[in-house]
Amino acid sequence: MSIQTPSDFPDTDAATVTGPERPASEPEAKGLSQGQIVRKKFFDNTGAIISLVVFAVVFILAFTSVGFAGIPGWWKYNHTEFLPLVNGGAPTVTGPFSWGDHPFGQDSIGRDYFAMTMRGTQNSIIIMFIIGALAGLVGVVIGACSGYFRGWPEAVLMRFTDVIIIIPVVLAAATLGEAVNRFVGPGAQIWLLGLFLGLVLWTGLARLVRGEFLTLREREFVDAAKIAGASNTRIIFKHILPNAVGVIIVNTTLLMSSAILLETALSYIGFGVKAPDVSLGLIISQNQEAFQTRPWLFWFPGLFIVLICLCINFIGDGLRDAFDPRQKKFSASRAKESGKPAAA
Amino acid sequence: MVTYIVRRLVTAVLILFGASFVVYQLTALSGDPLEDLRASNAPNRDQLIQARTELLDLNTPAPLRYFGWLAGAAKCIVPFAATCDLGSSIQGEAVTTSLSRAMGNTITLVATATVLAIIIGISLGIITALRQYSGLDYGVTFMSFLFFSLPIFWLAVLLKEFGAIGFNNFLDDPDIPPSTIAVVAIASGLIWALFASKSWKRKGIAFVLGAVVAAVLLFLLDLVGWFANPGLGPVVILVTGVGIAFGIVLLTAGLRNRKALYSSLIMVALGLVAYYVVNPVLNAATIWMIIILAVITVLVGLGVGYAMGGYDRSQSMRAAALTGLLMGFLIVVDRFMVTWPSYVSNPRVRGRPIATVGAETPGLEGTFWINGRDTFTHLLLPTLALLLASLASYSRYSRASMLEIMNMDYIRTARAKGLSERTVVMRHAFRNALIPLATLVAFDIGALIGGAIITEQVFAFSGMGQLFVQALQRTDPDPIMGFFLVAGILALVFNLVADIAYSVLDPRVRVKA
Repeated sequence: MSIQTPSDFPDTDAATVTGPERPASEPEAKGLSQGQIVRKKFFDNTGAIISLVVFAVVFILAFTSVGFAGIPGWWKYNHTEFLPLVNGGAPTVTGPFSWGDHPFGQDSIGRDYFAMTMRGTQNSIIIMFIIGALAGLVGVVIGACSGYFRGWPEAVLMRFTDVIIIIPVVLAAATLGEAVNRFVGPGAQIWLLGLFLGLVLWTGLARLVRGEFLTLREREFVDAAKIAGASNTRIIFKHILPNAVGVIIVNTTLLMSSAILLETALSYIGFGVKAPDVSLGLIISQNQEAFQTRPWLFWFPGLFIVLICLCINFIGDGLRDAFDPRQKKFSASRAKESGKPAAA
Repeated sequence: MVTYIVRRLVTAVLILFGASFVVYQLTALSGDPLEDLRASNAPNRDQLIQARTELLDLNTPAPLRYFGWLAGAAKCIVPFAATCDLGSSIQGEAVTTSLSRAMGNTITLVATATVLAIIIGISLGIITALRQYSGLDYGVTFMSFLFFSLPIFWLAVLLKEFGAIGFNNFLDDPDIPPSTIAVVAIASGLIWALFASKSWKRKGIAFVLGAVVAAVLLFLLDLVGWFANPGLGPVVILVTGVGIAFGIVLLTAGLRNRKALYSSLIMVALGLVAYYVVNPVLNAATIWMIIILAVITVLVGLGVGYAMGGYDRSQSMRAAALTGLLMGFLIVVDRFMVTWPSYVSNPRVRGRPIATVGAETPGLEGTFWINGRDTFTHLLLPTLALLLASLASYSRYSRASMLEIMNMDYIRTARAKGLSERTVVMRHAFRNALIPLATLVAFDIGALIGGAIITEQVFAFSGMGQLFVQALQRTDPDPIMGFFLVAGILALVFNLVADIAYSVLDPRVRVKA
């Protein structure tokens, strides 16, 4: 994530929420910084932590097994070798520690499917991070500027967004495919694909951030900051952005997980990662006809897509719950109970 | 407001010019339209290349070629001149023809999925927000994340395998083994238990009830051979209708509003009468007839609610109209179900009713009901795939939005005034929670016509998405531009609608004139 730096969060917002100073006996009065609160809330979230661990495992597995950037991995095959069929191409796993020669089986021309899946996972993760970082950054900057300043900057930026928004993503990707063939080698394909997609996918985020800024800039604490003489930069970064960070994070993570789905889908219909390299979508499309006879060729890459996507979504959800300064644990039934105070 | 809209429309036209230029150039860059001819071994290869070069005007540089296309497209805007020229594809079919056909197909495919996703997604989001951190919340969150994470092409293949091939095999010999009944019963019990509120006792009761009801239902359906001869019948319609009436009144007016309850129940009775009276008329049904009947139903509902009178008439009118509409829906569904045996035994369908590809059974001829049935079986799987994939964003957004609203001061004020929980949730929180969703919904509807490129590809559905992808594979500029024009205009219009809706719904956001 490129947007938030937890320790930068102002104490001013926390003060507006918690109200006047609490008695010293309460644990909140110990003076946790905003960053500490966020970290604590995030690490209390079981789902998010499990997802983080699973994602880390997938990440390490994908990058160490088949190697990355010229560094060889620990797996004995790579995704391009043609090997003699073992066990009729079926998976050779017999137990948790006896993987055999081809744990995920082999495809119809004998390539090791584990190596192919790992390579595809690696590519998907790289593309996802490029898209997330780039689209997140561009979207937040454009959305924040147009939402806060209004007037002509908003008009220009939003019209620019409108132009980008209506250009079909598939077309951009297809054009890129041709450009890769013509101008640069296939090695840069993954990076360029991420770059191109990132440059067209920020539009939804920009609109949402702008909407959030439009509402927030009318709020009292922004007026208060203005009257106190705060500069625009300070208001944007210290007062509005922390309040909008929930929206930004949820949407950047949703964007990243949908980026994986988009990349695999583009590869599936033939406009994304092209044949010498592998992508999870590409190998599914190459092998989907074999579903009846050799279903593992269909299951494994799909499971990895789902796994990565799920983890990213849960991490994003955990971050949202952790970051939202206004959100306390709310419970409808507790709020209804008459005897107790609503804030718990 | 009017000046604002006019100004936005003017800028929209400018945006369209800019974007269409970019798209045209991207298309020209995206490949070589002569690729297949260069590789061919045909003896008249050079003539073919020559002909296509002339057809696509390839000797003119792309930036200039764009203006040729623009001149043709501009004729579409001229009023009363029926010469809309969007060019033609490489095969020579006019783009306007193929566009209108693809558009019709796409709308039938995507509209249902989008509407269902909006309704189900928002209700799930609201319910989970009200029960934050409950088992239900975690369950729905996990499921929606799971569906959101499924690649749609992967899901589609699974649906084809189990939803179509598996289900068709089952329909060949519709007999449910007891083990399946047990599994379904336990699953349904678990779902009921999730929806039941906090105490373990109530969860237990809900589990037992849900499991028993599901088991008995499945057993009975199996016993009477329902899967071979489905239908609802008057008794089921009556019971469901009463349930619907109570549910709607509970949500919109509260059960203490007796007048609303009675007017809804009157609509149920009227619906049952209509079931017998209208049925003969329905034999010769057309789509317009159904629409007119629906409008009449709503009007009757409003009338009944109005006649009940009382302190808050509009509540009774709303509840009665909604109940009436749903009753009508039940009757139509029943009608569709009754045609099932004759549809399955149709020689064109050959006993494999759930289709995996295409939009209709080729050469099938029948009544409105048979053809509707046919559309339904073809659209079922792609709609399901689209629905599951787009459910998550709605439920997540509405949950987040609702959570935020429930912590607002005015909600505390409403509670402090002593309003009932229903009023607080439905009148104060729900409406405000929908504001941020208006943008999302408007935007999704705008993107709707762009179609579901992947889904159409997997299910071989000849809609807008497939038109676009096939043209792109051949580097055929005119269909791409036609697709872009339609999708782009709609996206722009609904962008504008989203902005206006936002400022209308939330007075804090002002639209500058």
